[in-house]
Amino acid sequence: MKGREAFAMALEALRVNRLRSVLTMLGVIIGVLAVVVLVAIGTGAKDEIEKQISGLGTNIILVVPGRITLGAAPTQSKLGLADVAYIRRVVGDPSKVTVSLQSGETVRVGRVETFVTVIGTDQNLVNIFERPVGKGRPLSETDVDTRRRVAVLGSEVADRMFGDLDPIGRQVTVSGARFRVVGVYATVGQTFGLSRDQEIHIPVTTAQRLLGIERINGLAVGASGPDEIDPLSDRVTAALRDRYPGEQFSAVTQTALLGTIGSVLGMLTGVLAAIAGISLLVGGVGVSNIMLVSVRERTREIGLRKALGARQRDILAQFLIEAVLLTTIGGLIGIVLGVGGALAIQALTPVPAAITWWSIALAFGVSAAVGVFFGVAPARRAGRLDPVIALRAE
Amino acid sequence: MTGTGGPPALEAVDLTRRYQLEGVAVEALRGVSLRIDQGEFVAVIGPSGSGKSTLMHLLGCLDRPSSGQLRVGGVELSNLSDTRLAELRNATIGFVFQSFHLLARTTALENVALPLVYRGVGKAERRERARAALEAVGLGHRVRHRPSQMSGGEQQRVAIARALVGEPKVLLADEPTGNLDTRNGVEVMAMLDRLNSESGVAVVLVTHEPEIAAHARRQIRMRDGLIEHDTAGAGR
Repeated sequence: MKGREAFAMALEALRVNRLRSVLTMLGVIIGVLAVVVLVAIGTGAKDEIEKQISGLGTNIILVVPGRITLGAAPTQSKLGLADVAYIRRVVGDPSKVTVSLQSGETVRVGRVETFVTVIGTDQNLVNIFERPVGKGRPLSETDVDTRRRVAVLGSEVADRMFGDLDPIGRQVTVSGARFRVVGVYATVGQTFGLSRDQEIHIPVTTAQRLLGIERINGLAVGASGPDEIDPLSDRVTAALRDRYPGEQFSAVTQTALLGTIGSVLGMLTGVLAAIAGISLLVGGVGVSNIMLVSVRERTREIGLRKALGARQRDILAQFLIEAVLLTTIGGLIGIVLGVGGALAIQALTPVPAAITWWSIALAFGVSAAVGVFFGVAPARRAGRLDPVIALRAE
Repeated sequence: MTGTGGPPALEAVDLTRRYQLEGVAVEALRGVSLRIDQGEFVAVIGPSGSGKSTLMHLLGCLDRPSSGQLRVGGVELSNLSDTRLAELRNATIGFVFQSFHLLARTTALENVALPLVYRGVGKAERRERARAALEAVGLGHRVRHRPSQMSGGEQQRVAIARALVGEPKVLLADEPTGNLDTRNGVEVMAMLDRLNSESGVAVVLVTHEPEIAAHARRQIRMRDGLIEHDTAGAGR
């Protein structure tokens, strides 16, 4: 018997038992649907977060004290502005190094009060982090050197505190001290759920005095290109370790951050796919079950086919192809519904969903494999039936 | 009339067949020897339990003997694999069953063409040969009909066309008239007669009805797993 004949025969058998075939497929359809949709959501979340990380600016090295682990609390910083000057010498180009001292503080304008992240920084932040100023001016070197009480507001803070008024030149009270607004940043959006439009930037020197500390949280170095990131971060951390023997320093690069978060989210996507895969497996058990019923029902037909000269492998092929057709047709329907579902989720909900080719190929491949795996036992049983007994069956 | 030259269509030497039925050993055949030449028309008769169905299954290569030799169309069976046995069945044996055994949702034409599917014959040739076989049994006008749309007599004629489409050496008919009324039964028997004399296919007919057996030119009577009487004198 040729493959095409076996195929036509199997298709005919499925057509004859249309309702049963569709119900059997349903298990596979739901399984594949779940795989495609969940992987799309997982991938969508990953893409979204990667986009946010990229939004931080490119070729940036964040240098923080201690070692970044999940096992220990963040290290208390011992770095000060003298260390920043030192790193500026190590890097060579002072404009490529900026500084950060962060604190959540209450900000007030008239009766409007809000709690925001206040960041003490310097004039280099806007270039290194590619942070465009929408109105007014960014912080200047003189602001930092002379500890001016000036502030540049995130666009959301500006909106909330001043509404339609132009904030430039107006006063804000940060943690009890008055500041003059010199600029407002253009809207940039969120990173990890934190809106960077809700920050207020003030000179780092002013921030130290305001908070009564000499330290800074960390510093950021801008590399001139992707190739420079790794050597530069090695140089900076090595220089800091020279200066503070026995201390740890970590350089966080965007690539490393992308790698870490990417692998965590990849794992999450994998877990989602595995859970969906279990339902696909359950669908496979359903196929196996119905194929066994079908073999039993068609015992006489199998006996007759054998009497007419069907070999064991012909019968096996017929039933195996039937099982694989059930799961692959179910798989195709599941893929169509899954892609439709993912597109609908993308369009109608805030949940990001990205359809990936690998999930579609995988879902299809797995459904075909499920058909083979769960079809083999019933098909072998059919192939091995004794024709004499099979012909006598009721 | 026996023999049209060449090897015998079927040749059995001291066939036995034992099996276990719910733990009890049953000896269905206890040593059967017979020879059926090409073109013969033989009836196997005997009461139920006499072993005639078992003999039929062995001759049809559906089963293997417990001991003894069996040659079908000159081919010794004992060393054949299941696959070769299926191929031999396809090439040399045609079956007609009491209950027709047609595929219910399949047209007469496709039912008849089925043995050729397993022989690997292409679709166009299959259809042509199946149509010719249906015409030979007088059903050329019913090719598109399904079994449920046909009378019992017509269904059995479709089954005969299916048995003959592969041009077998032997046609094994197991109570072919058992499910038919007298008129249809007579018609089917007349057809077997005619096919036997026209195409030279050997016909082995299993029946318990003496009138049906009377169509055969040779009668083998079985009892208790042995041949009790063979009008050709070829058995024991």
